[in-house]
Amino acid sequence: MKNESEPTNQGRRDFLGAAAGLTAAAVAPGMMLHTVDSEAAAPTGGVSDAHRWGLLVDTSKCADGCTACVDACDQENGLNLQSQPLGDDELKWQNQRATWIRKVKLQDNLTGQVTNLPLMCQHCEHPPCVDVCPTGASFKRADGIVMVDRHTCIGCRYCMMACPYKARSFIHEQVDQKLTRAPRGKGCVESCNLCAHRLDTGDISTACADACSAEGHQALVFGDLKDPTGPLRQALAKKPNRQIRQDLGLNTGVRYAGI
Amino acid sequence: MAEVLSKGVLLAFLSVALGLSAMAKAEGVGDFVQPSSKAASVENCVEPTEYMRRNHFELIRHQRDETVYGGIRGAKHSLSGCVSCHVGYDSQGTPLEIDAEGQFCSSCHDYAAVEMNCFDCHATVPKGEAWNHEVAAVHAHPTGAAPLAATSAER
Repeated sequence: MKNESEPTNQGRRDFLGAAAGLTAAAVAPGMMLHTVDSEAAAPTGGVSDAHRWGLLVDTSKCADGCTACVDACDQENGLNLQSQPLGDDELKWQNQRATWIRKVKLQDNLTGQVTNLPLMCQHCEHPPCVDVCPTGASFKRADGIVMVDRHTCIGCRYCMMACPYKARSFIHEQVDQKLTRAPRGKGCVESCNLCAHRLDTGDISTACADACSAEGHQALVFGDLKDPTGPLRQALAKKPNRQIRQDLGLNTGVRYAGI
Repeated sequence: MAEVLSKGVLLAFLSVALGLSAMAKAEGVGDFVQPSSKAASVENCVEPTEYMRRNHFELIRHQRDETVYGGIRGAKHSLSGCVSCHVGYDSQGTPLEIDAEGQFCSSCHDYAAVEMNCFDCHATVPKGEAWNHEVAAVHAHPTGAAPLAATSAER
């Protein structure tokens, strides 16, 4: 049996090999490939664990009633392009629309002391959302940013249950207008990604921290937790600070002073 | 010897047939590149046209993972690159949605009856992408603390 089929197979291989060669020769000559302009500006070589991005929030500087960080985030990440479904209750919409930063107001009932703070994804070193994700869509980048790969997300919202900071949002409806830098689709979970599109192009900043500085509050300091001489580490060294729910041992990338 | 000859003849015939069918196809199916798009002014796509027709989704899918997990943006095979180059413009210079009927992506996908989900989530016109290529360089400030005036103008 084997002896019979062998010569046939060999011939077939020769034929296919020759045909492949012929095709390649037909395609190859005279092709001038168009090069992309943006390649010159091709920003960074991708993420690496040489950095770990984080924030310090100084709650004593965070002003009551100021929403500069929230508005800047909405603009930067296209969250202001969401529209309220027709006939939907206003309160329900405010609860359901995606928000990456929330302003939280705390009041000590005994002393009456009021604390304002912005709360967003805390970019944990050990993120519970990643632990529970059934598809692996929720993941942590090498530079410590916790993100959702929405190509893999099935919208089960398990991560939203697991997050101690209520940081994640679910997109309930088709979004008509999207920004190139911030894709957004029905049925996926999303949250703060520390303006990853900026970082990936070598711009070490976030919209929220920029807006806070522009307002003159300087309550948000963004930077690299692994750079001892950087602005974040220097600010962290100067002010006593802690993690929210430090007891969970998540080692968050976002730290708070004054709480 | 006869066998070799017959193979040669067969190969030659095959190559001619392939060439003819490719030509016929190019004419019949048409060129879906929009005359008003940037793509119309360049000779070729980022890869040979024939290759792109058959394999563009593989390239985009590969690049997608590089971008999401590796943070590599503005690369040769990025979807935002496809959109910015292939999007058509109306007479006022307003970009037309790339997945709208008759536009670059949908005209071929409709012909081939292949569903396309990219634009359920991704932007259909180049909007808010300038950040990546032009503004980022101007904007870059290594300390991360300086206030910025230009941000709102960009949007």
